[in-house]
Amino acid sequence: MAYKPLDYYRIQDLLTDEEKLIQETVRDFVTENLMPIIQDCNREARFPLELVPKLGKLGFLGTPYPEKYGCADLGAVAYGIINQELERGDSGLRSFVSVQTSLVMYPIFAYGTDKQKDYWLPRLTQGEAIGCFGLTEPDFGSNPGGMLTRAEDKGSHYVLSGNKAWITNGTIADVAIIWAKLDGVVRGFIVETDREGFSTPENKNKFSLRASVTSDLILEDVEIPKENILPGVQKLKGPLSCLTQARYGIAWGCMGAAMAIFDEALQYSLSRIQFDKPIASFQLVQNKLTWMATEITKAQLLNYRLGQLKADDKVTPAQVSMAKRNNVGAALEIARMGRDILGANGISDEYQTFRHMNNLESVNTYEGTYDIHTLVIGHELTGIPAFF
Amino acid sequence: MKILLLLKTVADSEASIRPTSDGKAVALSDINLILNPYDEYAVEEALQIREKNGDAEITALCYGDEMAIKTLRTALALGVEKGVHIKGQPGFDSLTTAKILAAAIKDMDYDLILCGKQAIDDDSSSVGVMVAELLDIPSVSVAVKLDITDGNVRVTREIEGGHEIVEMKMPCLVSAQKGLNEPRYPSLKGIMAAKKKPIEEKDALAAETQIEVLRVEAPATRSAGKIVGEGEEAVPELVRLLKEEAKVL
Ligand SMILES: Cc1cc2nc3c(=O)[nH]c(=O)nc-3n(C[C@H](O)[C@H](O)[C@H](O)COP(=O)(O)OP(=O)(O)OC[C@H]3O[C@@H](n4cnc5c(N)ncnc54)[C@H](O)[C@@H]3O)c2cc1C
Repeated sequence: MAYKPLDYYRIQDLLTDEEKLIQETVRDFVTENLMPIIQDCNREARFPLELVPKLGKLGFLGTPYPEKYGCADLGAVAYGIINQELERGDSGLRSFVSVQTSLVMYPIFAYGTDKQKDYWLPRLTQGEAIGCFGLTEPDFGSNPGGMLTRAEDKGSHYVLSGNKAWITNGTIADVAIIWAKLDGVVRGFIVETDREGFSTPENKNKFSLRASVTSDLILEDVEIPKENILPGVQKLKGPLSCLTQARYGIAWGCMGAAMAIFDEALQYSLSRIQFDKPIASFQLVQNKLTWMATEITKAQLLNYRLGQLKADDKVTPAQVSMAKRNNVGAALEIARMGRDILGANGISDEYQTFRHMNNLESVNTYEGTYDIHTLVIGHELTGIPAFF
Repeated sequence: MKILLLLKTVADSEASIRPTSDGKAVALSDINLILNPYDEYAVEEALQIREKNGDAEITALCYGDEMAIKTLRTALALGVEKGVHIKGQPGFDSLTTAKILAAAIKDMDYDLILCGKQAIDDDSSSVGVMVAELLDIPSVSVAVKLDITDGNVRVTREIEGGHEIVEMKMPCLVSAQKGLNEPRYPSLKGIMAAKKKPIEEKDALAAETQIEVLRVEAPATRSAGKIVGEGEEAVPELVRLLKEEAKVL
């Protein structure tokens, strides 16, 4: 059955003609290029690397940045829509685009030298180079400030050492943004992955985000030239500001997954007959569908308004936290309800809901867990940090 | 070389189509409207001709209400240079549409006109050739291959059971069939660039339609299917039903 996206409060009417055409283009791209292969990718724990040149050619990578780097220079709402449409297909493809755009291109764009920007941004937007973002470590996830990875100033160069864990795109990356402490202060470094001492073993044994590459990054005395440091930022503000960009995309993206799940549940409930009636005619099923549709609609409105705030440069990190927390939380509940409506078929990979549900578990955890965002908002509301 | 494209806005083939309350037309409000899929092949062919020849200039024409603008923007996003919006409300009458398009084209400079072989809404497959007749230029329909050399256009067209290869001199018109090429997606940069490209507005020639639509009806709803049985034993019963009930054998 063709995908029918829920748009209960006519968000479509709020979009510009360009935004509508972008939405159609990404939606068609996903329908024609990802949907036919995603089941196999998920079974084989394989990221569809063959799509990357197409993503680059169509301009899906690094959309918010200026044309002089070859980027499309799109507004915040358009970037949100792209994430939503990609994640309608699979969170893995959206994660790839999020990492490339918000976690790799953003720090280079915001904190890099002209030379770094001129070299990396055109390659990353074309998909000629793939990037990854190394912040999390085996012992430091929600608390990245405790990171152990170190950079040492050796006069003519830096030497990096440490381990990063759970890094999206790690094994397929040409370049890594590594956050490490230099004299006790967190700094960002651009590290080409073919450098001596740098290795990226992949973690294939995942129940979630199987169509996405997740790796460890092992840095054993990796030498990099002095010019590879990002000069424009110090301390945790560096990585956290990148995460704010990516979380904005996630808030939209997870709704794409939720909309795909809702569509599947609605169509299934109308055609599945039990007790001589479509199951959609039972009040308990309608209650679930109504809840799902309402949560999707609320999240869509949150996203659209957040996009306006971001476009006007008025958005705060805690506002982004609110959308990431609420929307991913809602998407997970929607996934569990949708799976329930599908009955036994809900656990089969012939349907997409279980795959989305499993993916959303990662989306809930990465870029700040649901509970960590609760504390971020609580901190802003009360002025009292409750992290420790 | 100057290429003109004739584009039509049609209802998405996924949309559920209903007649309007007066039963005289198809209700288009709340329906996703798209560029006619056969016209996509025409656009792609024009872009490929330009990529080969370098100097081609492509202008897209669309006759319709304000939804024509969206159709033209799609073409501009794909790489067409300029749009012409001929304002009006196309009906079922292909000849009237052809007269309006021909009147708009008459004073334009062109070497090649490309369009889809048919629109997927009314399926009349006639506007393209009618426009060529009205402009008094040669035309070939249902093209699956197109080669241009020194003002000559060689077209491979689909015919029943095979292919026919014909040649004509420019200016001329060719209508595109599926298979002519593989239409591209607009790039996001292309979509943003389209905003800055010009769309000229023209009033449609006042032409009286000679066809009156009496009624538009939705097709009868299909009744549920029947499972006769499974495997070999079901075959005799299936054959009997196909003969006696469906009367197709
Ligand atoms: C598929 C995938 C891809 C990823 N990609 C990347 C990437 O590209 N780059 C990168 O740097 N990282 C990446 N990550 C890592 C991710 O960001 C971390 O997993 C996340 O920050 C959580 O850290 P953790 O796993 O160490 O959990 P922990 O921090 O150990 O948290 C475990 C639990 O404790 C709770 N908790 C922790 N602290 C508190 C507190 N103060 N108060 C209350 N509860 C608390 C958490 O909410 C959670 O429920 C990825 C993770 C996954 C699963």
